[in-house]
Amino acid sequence: MRNVILICNKELKGYFASPIAYAVMALFALIFGYLFSGYTRYFAQVSMQAMMQQQPMNVNEFIIRPMLGFASTIALFLIPMITMRLFAEEKKSGTIELLLTSPVKDIEIIVGKWLGSFLLYGCVLLMSAINVALLFAWGKPDFKPVLIAYLGLLLQGGSLLAIGTLISTMTKNQIIAGGVTFFVCLLLWMLSVATAFDSSTTAQVLNYCSIVTHFESFSKGLLDSKDVVFYVSMIFLALFLTSRSMESLRWRS
Amino acid sequence: MIKVQGLTKRYPRTVAVDNISFEVEKGQIVGFLGPNGAGKTTTMRVLTCFLPPTEGTANVAGFDVLEHPEEVKKRIGYLPETPPLYPEMEVDEYLTFVGQLKGISSKDIKGRVDEVMGRCAIGDVSKKLIAKLSKGYRQRVGLAQAIIHNPDVLILDEPTSGLDPKQIIEIRELLKSLSGEHTIILSTHILSEVEQSCERVIIISQGKLVAIDSVANLTNRLRGQEQVAIEVESADGSPDPGEVQKRLEQVAGVSRVMMKDAKNGRLLFELESLQGRHIRADVARSVVNAGWGLSELRAVGLSLEDIFLQLTAAEKNDQSKKEEGGPQ
Repeated sequence: MRNVILICNKELKGYFASPIAYAVMALFALIFGYLFSGYTRYFAQVSMQAMMQQQPMNVNEFIIRPMLGFASTIALFLIPMITMRLFAEEKKSGTIELLLTSPVKDIEIIVGKWLGSFLLYGCVLLMSAINVALLFAWGKPDFKPVLIAYLGLLLQGGSLLAIGTLISTMTKNQIIAGGVTFFVCLLLWMLSVATAFDSSTTAQVLNYCSIVTHFESFSKGLLDSKDVVFYVSMIFLALFLTSRSMESLRWRS
Repeated sequence: MIKVQGLTKRYPRTVAVDNISFEVEKGQIVGFLGPNGAGKTTTMRVLTCFLPPTEGTANVAGFDVLEHPEEVKKRIGYLPETPPLYPEMEVDEYLTFVGQLKGISSKDIKGRVDEVMGRCAIGDVSKKLIAKLSKGYRQRVGLAQAIIHNPDVLILDEPTSGLDPKQIIEIRELLKSLSGEHTIILSTHILSEVEQSCERVIIISQGKLVAIDSVANLTNRLRGQEQVAIEVESADGSPDPGEVQKRLEQVAGVSRVMMKDAKNGRLLFELESLQGRHIRADVARSVVNAGWGLSELRAVGLSLEDIFLQLTAAEKNDQSKKEEGGPQ
């Protein structure tokens, strides 16, 4: 456990010592802020009309839910930037030799690195919390669905980060690691449209594998154990495969 | 302290290390010598548990590298060919990280970091970013990293590569001060390095063990044999190089004459004596008696370099002979 924290700390410091952390956070804040201002303005307009018709509108339903849905999509693009360096950089600079010849277990290195990237991802999401806090300051949104949506974002991000970690062990080249991770993220996202034109079993299975499908219940404010299990097992599977990949690294290199 | 038996590392297309066995005793400082690509780094990587061996066993401080890698790693300090540094960290921050990674408690870490910084003379850059350090400092930070947890065994892959002569001497001094309490294996392809700082030499070539011996024994092997370089003046193609060569070969005690160069009116030869014969006086007399101008004559010391070349060349000859005789 001590080693996990040690490596996690080192990763976090590495992120914040380089421009990556700031770039990712700024990018996210910019896109999210732009969408947020658009949505709130639209909401203000529509709710004026709704007030005249005596139909109160829900902030949760009209702003927070679609916004956090967007956040999950933006995250798909940011995650490769976060994970690409995790192992690829160490392999390139040779510091992997230090880690692998220290009395630390492979799994401690992997979990430490994943946790570091996860915490950075948390910081990125925190950027959106500024906007959401404004809604709480001036409106009366419901608290619980917001928390559940954030939990969903964290779980979804965690599983994509684990996949990115796995891919980062496979190459020395950060650009390749980032590119492949992005492609895989995109693929997992696109699987959700499988059932749009086709309702065969294959399409349904594909749809189930999509990382976005399982986020829907969270964004509605529902905590469905089935989706939690999906994400958590995804994280475990990807990190397990990472440890296998690292083992094969030793045997091959 | 270190016991390697029948170690083999095979890759899909090549054999990097082929059936190597050796032992290193506690407190010794051993040089691992071989041309580039001989398998030095691979052997070291097996010893540090970075790579598993294909066949054979390696035992460090009583623990097998495959069965108890954790125990081995605790007792080993390793400096790879390129020091494993994080450029975004400051020197003391980096050493603290490595120290904790190696299992030093947070209570003792500060003292240890200060001590190794003093020992490797990097105290003046402790607050500098590693990215901004010069090559010499990086190498020393790498060395500090290897000794921070006071390991029983130090494995250093070309610790002096890329350093200037003054820094090389400093590193050498440091290694000497470390031997005794630590067992040190260092690899190099620079022979004077081994002559200077090692007690024993392990020579490998093309993945095979060529020789293990003490430095003194190895130089003794060829002591008594003399190597002489001479320079004969010549004008207008006279004397004829062939004639000079013939005459030199006739001098008593000369076993081999090699023509090195012939230009600008000078003929350069290199001579080797038979075991235990001094030939310089006879060679000089012979040249002068023939009426040629002798412009230079000096003894060339037989260094480890020659031994090394002879050993690795012999190895190659044996191999080609075996290959020729193999199919019958």
